[in-house]
Order: sequence, then C-alpha cells, then structure tokens
Amino acid sequence: MSTETKKAKTVKWGEEPKLGWKEAMYLPAIASGLMTALKHAFSGKTTTRQYPDVEPVIPANYRGVHRLNRDEAGRVKCVACYMCQTACPANCIEIIAAPAPKDDPHWKDRDKFPETFTIDELRCIYCGMCEEACPVDAIELTSVYDLTGMSRQEMIFDKEKLLAVFDETVNSGRDPIRTHRGALGPASEEASTAKQGPPPPGRGRHG
Amino acid sequence: MYDFLQQIWPTLWPTLAAIGVILAFVPVLGLYMTFIERKLAAYVQDRLGPNRVGPFGLFQAIADAIKLFLKEQVIPDHVFKLLYFIAPTLSLMTAMFALVVMPFGPVPTDYTSGFRYIVAPGIDIGIMMMIAISSLSAYGIILGGWASNNKYSLYGAIRSCAQFISYEIPLGLSIIGIVVAAGSLNIEQIVAAQGGDFWNWNIFWQPLALIVFFTSALAETNRLPFDLPECEQELVGGFHTEYGGIKFVLFFLAEYTHVVTVSFLTALLFFGGWHFPGLSGPVDAGLGGMLLRTFVLVAKVSMVVAFIMLLRWALPRFRFDQLMGLAWKGLIPLGLVNLVCVAVVFTFDLPKHLLSFTAVFLFVASLISARNLQSTINMPRSAGRPKAGSILTEVTV
Repeated sequence: MSTETKKAKTVKWGEEPKLGWKEAMYLPAIASGLMTALKHAFSGKTTTRQYPDVEPVIPANYRGVHRLNRDEAGRVKCVACYMCQTACPANCIEIIAAPAPKDDPHWKDRDKFPETFTIDELRCIYCGMCEEACPVDAIELTSVYDLTGMSRQEMIFDKEKLLAVFDETVNSGRDPIRTHRGALGPASEEASTAKQGPPPPGRGRHG
Repeated sequence: MYDFLQQIWPTLWPTLAAIGVILAFVPVLGLYMTFIERKLAAYVQDRLGPNRVGPFGLFQAIADAIKLFLKEQVIPDHVFKLLYFIAPTLSLMTAMFALVVMPFGPVPTDYTSGFRYIVAPGIDIGIMMMIAISSLSAYGIILGGWASNNKYSLYGAIRSCAQFISYEIPLGLSIIGIVVAAGSLNIEQIVAAQGGDFWNWNIFWQPLALIVFFTSALAETNRLPFDLPECEQELVGGFHTEYGGIKFVLFFLAEYTHVVTVSFLTALLFFGGWHFPGLSGPVDAGLGGMLLRTFVLVAKVSMVVAFIMLLRWALPRFRFDQLMGLAWKGLIPLGLVNLVCVAVVFTFDLPKHLLSFTAVFLFVASLISARNLQSTINMPRSAGRPKAGSILTEVTV
C-alpha cells in the first residue's frame, strides 16, 4: 500500500478539564459531596416500593394473564374461529372446535364453540395479538402480573382455567371487559346487533 | 499457684473484664455497623434499607450472621491451604490486638485498681504499638491475596501492600506532633493533656495533622475512597474473592474493627477523648461521671463512624496513581512540615495556637504547589497529544 492513498486522519483528543482551586483543595469538594449525601439522607423521600405490602397500580393497558370472556348467558364467548391461534406469533394457543349442540336451546344461536382452548402461559410472549385478532372479544389480557406455578404442566391454561381467570378478574375493578364488540362481532350478540343495525363504515372495533 | 493467683487477682480481673468487654462488643458492633451502614446508605440513596427482619430491620444483622455462619465452607482447589486459612485469622487477630491499648472509656492517669476501660493501662509506647500492630493487618490481606492463587486477588493484595506502606508514613508523621505536645506516647496521657477547656482539643491547634491523620487512617482501613485492594468493579472483590462464609466474615470484621479503631483514635487524639467542657474533676470520681464520660467518648466515636460511612457515598474511588500521589506528594510533605512547625513552636515556647495559623498557611502553600505540579502529573498519552487547553482539540496526524 502506497503512502499516497493514506488519507490524513483528523483525531479528536479529549482533554481532561483542568482542576480549579476548589477541586484541587479536595475539602470543599468533599464538603459539597457530603452535603448532597446528607440532603438526601434527611429529605425523608424514598423511592422504594413496598411491593408485597403495597401492590403497584397497574396501567389499564397492561398485558398480563389471559382470560376467556363469558357472554351474558355465561357461555364462553369464543366462537372457535382460530383467528387468535393464527395470529399468535409464539404458537402458544391451541383450539379444538366442536359444533354447537343445535338441539340445545341454550346454544341455538351458535354454530361452533371451542371444545378445548389451551394457552401455554410460559410460551406466550404477552404481545396482545390474540386480543387484537379476536372478532368477538372473547380473549383478553388482564392486569394480573404475578402469575407463578410449580410445574410447566400447571402453566398450560385450559378453557376452565381461563374462564376462571375471567370470573376472578371481571369484578375486581381493575379489569372490566375492555373491548366491546364492534363491526366484526355479530356472532356473539346477534340480537342486539340486529337492533342497532350495521355500524357506519370505516370505524374500527374500538370506535 | 493459688497464692500466686490470689496475689495477682486485683490486677487480673479488670484486665480479664476489659478483654471480655472487647471480645463481646467488637463482633456485635461490627455486625451492627453493617446494618447501620446499609441503613445509612439506603437513606442517602433515597431508599428504605433493610426493614423486613424485626422492627425497622433491627434483626437483619443477626440474620446475616446466622446465614454467614451456617454457609457451606467452600475451599477452592487451587489455593495454598495453610495460608488460605491463616490469612483471615491473622487479619482479625491483628485488628483486635490493636485494641489492647485503646481506652474505650475514661481511664485515670494514676491507674487506680478496679475496672478500667482499657485492657493494658499505662503502656508507655501505647500509640506506637497500636499503629505497629494495626499495620500488621496488611499481612492478612497480602497472604489472603497470595494464597488465593488468583490474579485479581493478588492484584488487590499488591495494591494493599503499596497503599499500607505509603500511608503508614503520613499516619506516623501526623501523630508525632500530638505526641510532642503531650510529651508521651501513652494514649491516656495524650487525652489527659487535652483536658479542661474546649480549645485544648488537639483539632483546634493541629487541624492539618487531623486532615493528614484522618486521610491516611482511612486509607489504612481500606474504606471507600481508598478501597483499591477490594474494588468490585476492577478486581471482582480483590483479596477476598476466594473467601466465603465464616472466613469472609473474619476479613469483614477486621475491616470494621479497623473502622472502630480509627474512629476511637480520631476521637481520642484530636477531639479530646472523654473530655467535654463542663465535665471537670477526676475521671474516676463516681459512677455517674464515669458513665457520662464514656457516653461523651462513644458519642464522639459514633460521629466519626457516621462521618466515615457518609464519606463513602460522597467520594468516588481514587485512581491508583492519584492514591500514591496524594500520599507521597501531598500528605507526607505536609506532615513533615507540620512536624517541623510543631517542633519550632515547642522549642521556642511560642503559643501553641499559632500552629492553627501555620496549618492554614501550609494548606494554601500545598495547594499552590499542587496546582503547579498538576501539568506534570498527567503522563502524555501519545506524541500527538495536544497541550492542555480546550476540551476537544482537532489534530491532523
């Protein structure tokens, strides 16, 4: 390599700031440091959170443990459309659909229902895509943040467990049913939609 | 044998009692100092500190002790076993041994029989022995670092060695001035010389000696501004990296014992010991007076301890060249010149409070020299390095 191709480099040297009288004396600097320490010591302010004693206020959009919502009749709201399972980036949702028992008057407005609905809470990344994908607002992420378990098996939530999470959280005040059926949700509450008529075009499900 | 025991009993029992007091109190004090230090650190950092065990977390120290004592004794394969075991013991032993000549309460200079607040009263080389013994604790650290057979530990030990050697000198120099004034190496005599008026306390006529003494004593304790032997960030804990459980406790206790020693020495040598304006009369006059004086001493000592703990959160750690520079370019010349001033004042019978003015003068003089030295302290990083000036300089190479 010839020397002509080597370009002149501009090097920036950092220079230590020169100490003034105050710093060179050490003592005033020490005194000011001590004053800062004492000021904090006697300020009486603490930023410590007393976690197990005082639970933190969880923001409303927190994405915690899932729940499966119930409709007014107490049935699982899910219509087993597989939208959440398809949307899930972590492949943690597994649904097996079954046709709704047509001769039962209780189920006469529904075609399908999930026979099993399992979420692997350990594999889930809590992205909230299932909640976004659900056309009937059946799956929601609650603000339950302290989920623990003693085994992997225990952390795979089935339909009953997810419904139980709904029963626990729906009246706790922190987790009301957040999303409400909009343009895409005629299946869950057919009767009321029929009365309202179709929503205006261009409005999303969050209005 | 029995006769012999009976003969020495009047002098034996106060000594045994004092040893008992020291052996009982120092470990507990060390444990509780960790708790106080954690609490203080927490308050300085706007936290709450340990508060789960007992009221206000008061039993945290006991819980820590139980945990450390019951811990598994891990002995790494690569250590030199004998020295590995000796090092922490030596460390604590020397730290405790230095307390032998340290009065922890009022001691009359005529040494009446009965309980005295000192293990060995009337040792005429008192302060010298204390410094000699406490500097032996460097052996504990050096042996620990060497026996660990670990490069980081050895680095810590070597740093500690250099630090101890450097800071012994200003420590001694600062004390000689006090000794000259009191006319004795005996700590009780030094304290007695500060009795009476408030202005007799050594701090008021030897403030420079106090600064030199306190700085170098802090370096001897390996506490934070000078904790280069054990800095976690550079040396993963330094000399005690390979130690755990009870062996770590011994090192830890040695460090806190050193803090106690230094605090006591500062209070005894510079802040008048158990003297306080208004407390006059013989020190062993009555139980009340003795307890009051003990309280005065302990209060002074706890203030120094609190100050040492606060300093930890006010100062960053020294760089090694700065550490050496402070000792050899700052404290040792200051200590020497201060000693000369003390000698001159006492030789020519000048008023000794003149020394406080010379101290200020010396301090300012050292500042001027430090400022002039500053440009030569920093070694050039490369040939292309610009002269001091703006923060960022553009140089074309």
